[in-house]
Amino acid sequence: MLKHQPLIFEISRRGRKAYSLPECDVPVAKIEEILAERYLRSEAPDLPEVSELDAVRHFTQLSQRNHGVDSGFYPLGSCTMKYNPKVNEQVVRFDGFTKVHPYQSEETAQGAIKLMYDLGDMLSEIAGMDQFTLQPAAGAHGELTGLMIMKSYHINKGDVKRNTIVVPDSAHGTNPASAAVAGFDIVEVKSNDKGLVDLQALKEAMNDEVAGFMLTNPNTLGLFDENILEISKIVHEAGGLMYYDGANTNAIMGITRPGDMGFDVVHFNLHKTFSTPHGGGGPGAGPVGVKKHLAEFLPVPVVSKKEDGYFLDYNRPLSIGKVKEFYGNFGVCVRAYAYIMSMGPDGIKAVAENAVLNANYIASKLKDKYYLPVDRECMHECVFSGVWQKEKGVSTLDVAKRLLDFGYHPPTIYFPLIVSEAIMIEPTECETKETLDNFIQAMRQIADEVDNDPELVHSAPHTTIISRLDEALAARKPIVRYNKQV
Amino acid sequence: MNLLKELKYAESHEWVKVEGNKAYIGITDYAQGHLGEVVYVELPEVDATVEAGSQFVVLESVKAASDVYAPISGTVVEINENLIDNPGLINESPYESWFVVIEMTNPSEVDNLLSADDYEKLYA
Amino acid sequence: MTRYIGNTNEDRELMLKEIGYDSIDSLFKAIPDSVKLKGGLKLPHAQSEMELVKNIKELSNKNLNIDDYACFLGAGSYDHYIPSVIDQLISRQEFYTAYTPYQPEISQGTLQVIFEYQTMISELTGLPVVNASMYDGATAMTEAAIMACEATKRNEVIIASTVHPEYRQVLNTYAKFRNITVVELGYNDGQVDLDELKNKLNKDTAAVIIQSPNFFGIIEDMAAMKDIIHENKSLFVVSADPVSLALLKSPGELGVDIVIGDGQALGNSMSFGGPYLGFMAVTDKLMRKMPGRIVGETVDKDSNRGFVLTLQTREQHIRREKATSNICSNQALNALTATIYLTIMGKEGLKEAAQLCLQKSHYTYNELIKTCKFSPVFTKPFFKEFILKSDKNIKTLNTKLLESNIIGGYDAGLQYPELKNCWLVAVTEKRTKQEIDNLVRKAGE
Repeated sequence: MLKHQPLIFEISRRGRKAYSLPECDVPVAKIEEILAERYLRSEAPDLPEVSELDAVRHFTQLSQRNHGVDSGFYPLGSCTMKYNPKVNEQVVRFDGFTKVHPYQSEETAQGAIKLMYDLGDMLSEIAGMDQFTLQPAAGAHGELTGLMIMKSYHINKGDVKRNTIVVPDSAHGTNPASAAVAGFDIVEVKSNDKGLVDLQALKEAMNDEVAGFMLTNPNTLGLFDENILEISKIVHEAGGLMYYDGANTNAIMGITRPGDMGFDVVHFNLHKTFSTPHGGGGPGAGPVGVKKHLAEFLPVPVVSKKEDGYFLDYNRPLSIGKVKEFYGNFGVCVRAYAYIMSMGPDGIKAVAENAVLNANYIASKLKDKYYLPVDRECMHECVFSGVWQKEKGVSTLDVAKRLLDFGYHPPTIYFPLIVSEAIMIEPTECETKETLDNFIQAMRQIADEVDNDPELVHSAPHTTIISRLDEALAARKPIVRYNKQV
Repeated sequence: MNLLKELKYAESHEWVKVEGNKAYIGITDYAQGHLGEVVYVELPEVDATVEAGSQFVVLESVKAASDVYAPISGTVVEINENLIDNPGLINESPYESWFVVIEMTNPSEVDNLLSADDYEKLYA
Repeated sequence: MTRYIGNTNEDRELMLKEIGYDSIDSLFKAIPDSVKLKGGLKLPHAQSEMELVKNIKELSNKNLNIDDYACFLGAGSYDHYIPSVIDQLISRQEFYTAYTPYQPEISQGTLQVIFEYQTMISELTGLPVVNASMYDGATAMTEAAIMACEATKRNEVIIASTVHPEYRQVLNTYAKFRNITVVELGYNDGQVDLDELKNKLNKDTAAVIIQSPNFFGIIEDMAAMKDIIHENKSLFVVSADPVSLALLKSPGELGVDIVIGDGQALGNSMSFGGPYLGFMAVTDKLMRKMPGRIVGETVDKDSNRGFVLTLQTREQHIRREKATSNICSNQALNALTATIYLTIMGKEGLKEAAQLCLQKSHYTYNELIKTCKFSPVFTKPFFKEFILKSDKNIKTLNTKLLESNIIGGYDAGLQYPELKNCWLVAVTEKRTKQEIDNLVRKAGE
């Protein structure tokens, strides 16, 4: 791999080409006769001019500057970086999926609509919900959709002043951000000393303006809130609805279901729990499931079935409307469908069991070297605090950077916000004991280095193609595009 | 703690320097130390009215955004344009890096602020 | 155990023993029995890879795929040529199995791609600041409307009825919950009605949103609108077809403040509506109000050039409820697709593709009119899509064409009652003269 990979614009040379197009086979009219000059640009946009091989090498070189799940262990907490099965990439590329126009007639897209219908059914079963929409494009988009549904439900009942969403202080940042986009006021409740919802604080936050409570369970500390039925009761008795942030569903699939815990609305992240690739930051999909009493508010179109086949139902007068073009990230849905079909009911349950076992194994094997703020059985991820290392002048960021030298993607750091110097490790069910043992060994070695040679950790990474970058410079004088040197 | 005796301080870490009916406002050395490298400053517009206790400036470091609260009420008569181009000045010389000059509407609010000694007692 | 789970039963026994538990169930003791699932999930049984591929192939075969047809359907999703290089490169695991580039030292690939993407979209739109992508064109437009409201501290947006109906529907959904007033603007000969625009602008107007080429395929007269909008201190938002920008004057050059659009046409397959990407470009002044991730250039400790996510304090994971948007995931792999597409096509190729669209669509338009079964609806200039009035019901027409392996245009009357029997036809560079002549023959019968 080259140390320095130029920008594609720096490789570009006038006259080189990587494209081929057929000759124009219709009679050619003069452009000026078709379009007035004032509509036309005087010079073409300055896109690169390279040969096909140059282009292929450029992007191949760039790819090698990334770490993916296939490259190595990726225990990024809260992101569920599980293996992305290859067969899913094969089936999603069938012509009968990629070469289907969203507006071609329903009769000519029965396979696609059926797949969406069946995926919705399977997600409903896993969530304990009655109906799903596949339209939201990501987890945060699902949250927003769910919150809009909740607001519509209250308004439809004539309960117009319910304009507050309550979230715990351990919530994902998207929860309050989504609530704000949906036009809600946000009230945050503190967690108790065990990292769980403080029931008293929750009760005090309840009133007739509360639309609902958003909760991740297991929460962002990786802990299952055992008071979940009590929490649902408190919220429901105050007239609110329960929203389940499904980012952490990997821990509970087949063991328990949000619907059975008392939740009314849930979103799943297909790109976390259901193995679809993260793609360097998307596309994902954030389907939303609801209980019956909320189904009439789902976005249009709702994928439905009648005697002579499947169809897209736009005739839903109480629907919140559309939240996205067409029907969602269909290609992502195909992969998730293939995943669930590959796993079956026992496989899905085994996911949760193995994810939880792997996380507890790491927690147990590292807790003498790193401070574990809540020492009890965790779910699919465990959250350490780097405070012991911090006392020796080495931050959690330093520890994360040092892990790069061992070939690992570091865990999520500095989240959740309620744990100082947080290190959030999510191994997923896919990893074997040997992989975990090697990672544990590296983490223990780093802890020893902090004791014996803190500067080694502080100045890490030492083996990556680039060292730590000056983020302050980037933010102070933002350079966000290439400009040709003249 | 690096404080200037002649300035007044707010519990929320702003300093105030009074000149006649005008007040210069910035943040303390202690506050800039906790923020880390400031990369961006969002200042109010000239002629904006601010109320004591309300958020009137936003400071951004690489990974945090912090609201700054007005220690006194008044009308903004001048803003420090230098900071917009060079926000790092807040880290380098916090007591020279005033954000705004305010024409005070209620100068007696100054009496509610802390002395350097009192501020130090709170945060030392 | 399934093929996607690593440990054997022996591994599990050993691990449990080492950490002092006697069963996996005991790790789940925080979950009350009353909420535990009894009897297991009711899902189809697990399929082997062979069964899976066969079953899903059967499902996919139930869909008509456009390779077996000549597709004249557009309306927001287009059958453009996709160079074969793209799928080979986006299938590299380092791209598609990576997460958001939060650790820049091992994510320079994704970060540099986004930086190149930002530059290319900036070139096309004529605006200097571009984010790392949004979910799609419709949500990008909605986020632009919200941004305009925040930036101007106003609460009303005016949107042309010639903007894609689905985009307007998405905007209306968001606006309803944020109490943003949405005012629709009519059209005159297929273009925004300028007199109506003047009348509707008021002190609450945060933004005027149009699409160009618009839903009817017609190029809007942005130059005529710019001053009217800016005199009112409102922002000018334009949704653009990126392919058309190879040929047409860029919105940035014409004084537009925010350009958004759907990037499907840039090498992404139609895939029954997604995933695509939304792009967004803004002026320098709006940079810090922009939603989504942005990549910036910087240096490392040894002064090597490198790229990082920057201006992150706008985003949800730091600002929480004060963030500029709740967006978190974007459509990075689709943005990579667009970047590779624009690299392969390059400066000359994109222009050539755009010229082919222009020539072929005009040929089709003229030939259809010659059949006397179709009449013009508008007279304004169009790019690759146009509307004609048919002497038949559009559904009947399209059903008949399908028998001849032709996917006909969109029935504009479905969204515009006044355009009954009006046919929105898209002609990309992929359509051959033979296919077009065949369409003209069959449709003219």
